[in-house]
Amino acid sequence: MSGQSVSRETAGKAAGSDWLSRIPRPLHGWIVPVLVVVVWQIVSGLGILSATLLPAPASIVKSFLALCASGEMAEHLSISIYRAGFGFLLGTSLGLLLGLSAGLGKLVEKTLDPSLQMLRTVPLLSVIPLFILWFGIGEFSKVLLIGLGAFFPVYVNTYLGIRSTDAKLYEVSRIFQYTRLQQVTKLIIPAALPNILLGVRLSLGASWLLLVVAEMMGTSAGIGYMIQDARAYSETEIVFVGIIMFAVFGKLSDSAVKLLETRWLRWRDTYKG
Amino acid sequence: MAAEMLVVHELNKTFATPSGDVIALNRIGLQVKQGEFITIIGPSGCGKSTLLKIVAGLDTKYEGTVLVNGKPIDGPSIEKGFIFQEPRLFPWLTVEKNIAANLSLRKPEVRKRVDELIALVRLQGFERSYPRELSGGMAQRVAIARALLRSPDILLLDEPFGALDAFTRSHMQEVLLDIWQSNKTTMLFVTHDLDEAVFLGERVVIMNPRPGHIRSILPIDLPYPRKRAGHAFQELRHKVLNEFEKVEGPAVDEGAHI
Ligand SMILES: Nc1ncnc2c1ncn2[C@@H]1O[C@H](COP(=O)(O)OP(=O)(O)OP(=O)(O)O)[C@@H](O)[C@H]1O
Ligand SMILES: [Mg+2]
Repeated sequence: MSGQSVSRETAGKAAGSDWLSRIPRPLHGWIVPVLVVVVWQIVSGLGILSATLLPAPASIVKSFLALCASGEMAEHLSISIYRAGFGFLLGTSLGLLLGLSAGLGKLVEKTLDPSLQMLRTVPLLSVIPLFILWFGIGEFSKVLLIGLGAFFPVYVNTYLGIRSTDAKLYEVSRIFQYTRLQQVTKLIIPAALPNILLGVRLSLGASWLLLVVAEMMGTSAGIGYMIQDARAYSETEIVFVGIIMFAVFGKLSDSAVKLLETRWLRWRDTYKG
Repeated sequence: MAAEMLVVHELNKTFATPSGDVIALNRIGLQVKQGEFITIIGPSGCGKSTLLKIVAGLDTKYEGTVLVNGKPIDGPSIEKGFIFQEPRLFPWLTVEKNIAANLSLRKPEVRKRVDELIALVRLQGFERSYPRELSGGMAQRVAIARALLRSPDILLLDEPFGALDAFTRSHMQEVLLDIWQSNKTTMLFVTHDLDEAVFLGERVVIMNPRPGHIRSILPIDLPYPRKRAGHAFQELRHKVLNEFEKVEGPAVDEGAHI
């Protein structure tokens, strides 16, 4: 009896679910991109599209392999990752530090926060000319620009996270006579962590954006430069290779922070859709 | 001579709000002996939580005298435990870590006590659960275990069993009485449940609102363990209830708890 009902249930499930269930779950996100690429390749093969406007996927792959083989890719990629990584680390660590001090201490909040909140509203791209005047177009200038872009999201969100710590939990920590250090490490930072991680994700996005901007303002290496250079010679497939590299690395770094979120924020009770 | 654990004398507390001052406590006077079990009962908004917070040292802005062990309070201290009206668990900690709070579970004596307390509040199997996985009553039991871990001399309880079902509630009442009798903990227990006040307290403090003040203090001269169905119990319960009926306005939860 029970066996029968189970088998009927599974049968109903199989019939109810569609072709999607026959594809392994991790691949679901790939269905649309693969379809697009296939159609794109077919259309390109028919010769309807101009290869300089929209090169075929196969030729993009070919130029990617050529770039890898010649060592150009490694060179561009390593300098880009160095700039983005260094700027990101600089900006987020400073943002975290100042965000913590502003959140925890009245002094920093009163003296520094108003200025930072004002500077935050200045569009970053508008200060680029100033950066070039002051620091030139060297690596220092680039890393600083990326750092500035990465700074604000972490600063603002760390500060916000600390200040949204539940006052009721703070009372609990007082009842148990937490030391100030314990209050910070066992109450305030865990409570602010969701916001801090959100800030880190936002500043990752800002870092990639500013990397492209910085690499287009004049340099001789980097993925951004590679794109700019290829455009000048109408090598559209290389432009595509560059864009895809940004997409891949942007996604990878975002996934890394997301992984931290699922690890560290397991306790959160939120709507999961 | 039994020492006065807690002395409250001419205590006034006013909250300044945008819409004017609210007198939360008006000339509160209360003396509690070491090891005494006091229940405080009164309608919502009569200042019960406010009084407990002042005694706990969480709120130091008041007028009047409050002495714990003969000394004026200057903030929270280890000998004063507090169970809040809500569980107030740390959402990022598991049940056992919530109970340990700022003590380390790696210390064997802490580990042992935490396990004992988890058994006491009947939460075995949930040691590694997060607060979001608990029901309201389970969460409140974690909060109770957390307060008991530090074996305070005086335990301040703000409607601790309000979220529990009748069965768990009466179990927890018995657990509390056991702890009181074996540890000689001084108890200040706020409730809005008439039965609970009479069942637990050696004296029942009856408070009235607007402004919050003590209407009367009734001794409950019944031996423990008390029987709710007993004649003497019902008589005392009526006596407490009568104190409320002298005033107009919404009275306390007369409660259908058997
Ligand atoms: N932080 C505050 N600011 C202003 N007024 C407050 C504050 N806390 C309490 N009050 C006021 O003080 C009075 C007593 O509040 P309290 O929380 O002590 O009541 P209570 O007896 O614990 O009620 P309940 O049974 O509903 O918990 C209320 O009138 C409330 O409005
Ligand atoms: Mg209250």
